[in-house]
Amino acid sequence: MKPFQFIRPDSADTALDAISAENAKFMGGGTNLVDLMKLQVETPDSVVDIHRIDMGGFSETEESGLRIGADVTNTALANHPKVRKDYRVLSEALLSGATAQLRNRATTGGNFLQRTRCYYFMDTTRPCNKREPGSGCAALDGPSRIHAILGASDHCIATHPSDMAVAMAALDAQLHTRKPGGENRTIAATELHRLPGDTPNIETVLDSDELIESVTLPQPIGGTHIYRKVRDRSSYAFALVSAALVLKIHDGKIETVRLALGGVAHKPWRAAKAEKCLAGAEANDENFRAAAEAELADANSKGDQTFKIELTKRTIVAALSEAADRENAA
Amino acid sequence: MNDIIKGKWIGKPLDRVDGPLKVSGEAAYAAEHDIDAAIGFIVESTIANGSVSSIDISKAEKVEGVIAVLTHENAPKMKPWGDGADDRFQQSHGVLVDAAIRHYGQPVALVVAETLEQARYAAILISVIYDEKTPKLGIDRDDSELADGIDGGLEETNRRGDFEKAWGESDLTVDLNFTTPHMIQAAMEPHAAIAEWDGDRLTVHNSTQVIDWGVGCLANTFGIDKNNIRLLSPYIGGGFGSKLGQHYETILAAAAAKKLDRPVKVVQTRRNLFHDGPHRSRIEQRIRLGATKDGTLKAINFETWSTQAIGHPFTEGPMASAANAYRCDALHWTGKTRETNETINDSMRAPGEALGGITFEAAIDELAEKVGMDPLEFRLKNEPAEDPASGKPFATRDLVDCLKKGAEAFGWDARPKEPRSRMEGRKLIGYGLASAIRGNMMMEGSCQIDLSSSGHLTVRMDMTDIGTGTYTILTQIAAEALGLHPDDITVELADSDNPTTSGSGGSFGAGTSGSALWNACIAMREKLAKAGGFNIDPDGIAFDEGAMQAGDRSVPLRDVLKDSDGFSAEGSIEPGDEHDDYVQNSYGAHFCEVAVDIDTCEVEVRRFVSVFSAGRILNRKTARSQCLGGLVWGIGGALREELWLDERTGGYVNRDLAEYHLAVNRDVPQCEVIFLENPDPKSNPIGTKGIGELALCGAGGAIVNAIYNATGKRVYDLPVTLDKLM
Ligand SMILES: Cc1cc2nc3c(=O)[nH]c(=O)nc-3n(C[C@H](O)[C@H](O)[C@H](O)COP(=O)(O)OP(=O)(O)OC[C@H]3O[C@@H](n4cnc5c(N)ncnc54)[C@H](O)[C@@H]3O)c2cc1C
Ligand code: SF4
Repeated sequence: MKPFQFIRPDSADTALDAISAENAKFMGGGTNLVDLMKLQVETPDSVVDIHRIDMGGFSETEESGLRIGADVTNTALANHPKVRKDYRVLSEALLSGATAQLRNRATTGGNFLQRTRCYYFMDTTRPCNKREPGSGCAALDGPSRIHAILGASDHCIATHPSDMAVAMAALDAQLHTRKPGGENRTIAATELHRLPGDTPNIETVLDSDELIESVTLPQPIGGTHIYRKVRDRSSYAFALVSAALVLKIHDGKIETVRLALGGVAHKPWRAAKAEKCLAGAEANDENFRAAAEAELADANSKGDQTFKIELTKRTIVAALSEAADRENAA
Repeated sequence: MNDIIKGKWIGKPLDRVDGPLKVSGEAAYAAEHDIDAAIGFIVESTIANGSVSSIDISKAEKVEGVIAVLTHENAPKMKPWGDGADDRFQQSHGVLVDAAIRHYGQPVALVVAETLEQARYAAILISVIYDEKTPKLGIDRDDSELADGIDGGLEETNRRGDFEKAWGESDLTVDLNFTTPHMIQAAMEPHAAIAEWDGDRLTVHNSTQVIDWGVGCLANTFGIDKNNIRLLSPYIGGGFGSKLGQHYETILAAAAAKKLDRPVKVVQTRRNLFHDGPHRSRIEQRIRLGATKDGTLKAINFETWSTQAIGHPFTEGPMASAANAYRCDALHWTGKTRETNETINDSMRAPGEALGGITFEAAIDELAEKVGMDPLEFRLKNEPAEDPASGKPFATRDLVDCLKKGAEAFGWDARPKEPRSRMEGRKLIGYGLASAIRGNMMMEGSCQIDLSSSGHLTVRMDMTDIGTGTYTILTQIAAEALGLHPDDITVELADSDNPTTSGSGGSFGAGTSGSALWNACIAMREKLAKAGGFNIDPDGIAFDEGAMQAGDRSVPLRDVLKDSDGFSAEGSIEPGDEHDDYVQNSYGAHFCEVAVDIDTCEVEVRRFVSVFSAGRILNRKTARSQCLGGLVWGIGGALREELWLDERTGGYVNRDLAEYHLAVNRDVPQCEVIFLENPDPKSNPIGTKGIGELALCGAGGAIVNAIYNATGKRVYDLPVTLDKLM
């Protein structure tokens, strides 16, 4: 770990000044950034801590949605009464992640931007196109249980590890950012991350000096919310596969469905194909499986992670049938 | 049988006497001693085989705070790895002795600086050029040799009975190939050491299970006399075998302290430990079993292939689980191994039986099913009258009692009779059982006790407490023997200046150190009885509540102590003939229920009932904790733990506790632990048997058997992760 400057600005403006310096990085909870700095994977010259900036916390939006400051901790977000009531899938996703200690520290912005858990990305002695463009990808022919089955490339098969971001993608959350000079923009959670292509080092559409200030959730849509996380142990493990689902059934037919997948791609994967199959369809196992097949039609993998193709289909079916049972019981 | 023990203190679920120190942070672990030490940081090799052709430390040396960078070019003289002793723990552990690299992660440099941050930063500025050779890695059955003995005192081959004949006479057979994965002990406290020299005298604070072996290792590595070494490990945050021997942090701290003439501290990072601490290696196992139609077990053949690190002979023996378990006409085994460029492979809690307790017990289950018998009935039917491996009598044998008692407490009757026949919602339910057997070992040990004129007893030995509760049980033994209150007893351990013991390992620690202490107390009782004017056999005197009493005569200890200089006594123990003449084991039986998700195949262990017979129980709380810990390890071993070797490099891929999956709280259900408290007079004077590893043996076996009962699927390649059930 190399020495770095630690800057603690108390306003967004001063933070944006500080981030303009060469090779500077924002730090939220630091639970990912600092770990990677210790491994020499992240090597910022200065670290800009966002904690003293007032990012506004929680408030209700004009559309009866929820605004969340980017510095809100994962614990606070998971336990917010409105999140528990109206965006339950998000609460469940957050609570399925990491540990209480980590969630107490981790922030909403940082969680979106946490980096892959690919073992070779974290080991500077191994080739990794994401860490060192052009060096190769050690995962392609090595142990790769946690790697991608959708949207991967020959350059990188890493997955995005966040649970929270998967629920955010299903809920059509939006990120609000600000750049030095005051430029603001809004980015859909589903559009934040990129597929790896031949530049896996570029992970999001954000610029390196762009600060996430807040996230908004649209007006609640009701329905049954489920976050189904399948992993190698029952807690404190990243998802092999996860499904964030909101389902509403009316007269046996699917009225609303929102589905996003985690653990399968370089980004939270909004399952648009499955949603399309399901919309208006009868809620039964056959249709669920057909939707899962449609979503995974383009899945491919040669490595250890191949089992995740079938596992993802099963996870989709399991989540849908559990939600349907609950909807029908309601 | 020991008549003195009435159970006033021995057996009581006394809270840990060192508990308050630990929870308040006052107990100093290896890295926490208040010594003004420079800090060392290890630079690991990125190849597994070859040599360092050049190493550039010039940039690192310039970093502020850096005091020195040790490499093979400038390190103080140490003997080459392996010199000086035949046993792997005491042989020289010389490092930075030359340019050669035997395994991935082997230290190629140690940066020493004023602070950790400075040392860690300088470490990244070191560049190494290697002359790399293709590493030899992994199991290769065609390139393996018979092991030179198997861990736990087993021969590398056993040929009792005529296997071919018994196999031929079997109506039903199974011929199964299992693999168990690379694993790591993952003690909570990382390996750490602070070393300082005073002329030729070396003092080391580190985290070591066996002090005497550690002293031997340091003596052989640095070519100094054992008497010039003081090694202390008063508090240890878990060992699980990984601290039986010495490791690079200790050797490097001592080497750097010598070079710099100031104390040096080296702590292995969690990532270091995956390469620079020991681990357990992958093992391939072929198990052949045959039985007749009526369920009589005829033939057992257990073959293993594994690997060992260069210069570190160690072969783990899963066949240990078959050695003393069930009657049969023929019991054969063979253990083969191959020397490779892997990192140190050594004991991990219950070496042998931790693995055989899964594979062999699964094979027995499969054979029972072929015969058409309930797996409980099958085990009961094949209870041996004598030891199947040696023909010797058993010292005690209560496996049957454990099985029967466990079956009743668990409700084995309600087991789904057919595999994959019980559903609850979208979950398949199954029951499984397995036997637990672990060899009961005794070692040599001695102890010194001093009773002051004010009535306070101090117990001294170099025994270690690796978190198991040794301080507490030794306090209880002395309290029971001498009629003192635990508050009047201080136990001082893990200092090489104290009398030598076996230390902690192989579940022999409590029996060995406890017996040495017991014998010291017996000697003390004699002295006190004499001083108190008793002319009878001291065994007939009750020592209780600070007084000696026989017939109607009672003498307070304070009366004999007050005008004295205090009393001292010594005691020692060595394994008696009973350990040669009889086969000594601890026993148990596990019963568990699992639920397997029909969609995702996630396995949930729902409940465990386990019955153990481990002789006299010294403390019902710490003993239970050991057993619960064993069950947790059983869950980890069966379902979770697997270290992935990168065969391209010889390094491990999932080198942290986020990706190396130990069982976590939520993986662990309600566990009921039942003890059959049968003191075993053939084991030792206090009638105890090994308990620290017993619960792990067979726990995973019960789980995999329950998974079969739930799903109808047997998985031979451990751990049973969900993809293997899909
Ligand atoms: C052992 C372990 C287990 C874990 N398990 C899980 C799990 O099961 N599921 C899961 O989802 N996560 C898991 N995590 C990851 C955890 O959720 C993330 O580390 C955490 O959410 C990151 O948040 P942070 O605020 O600490 O981010 P930081 O580490 O501070 O930052 C992460 C990245 O975001 C950038 N950043 C932070 N804030 C902003 C901002 N406002 N604007 C712009 N950029 C910003 C930083 O520059 C950095 O690049 C685990 C982590 C660990 C260590
Ligand atoms: S999968 Fe991506 S992150 Fe992993 S080694 Fe390959 S390029 Fe690097």
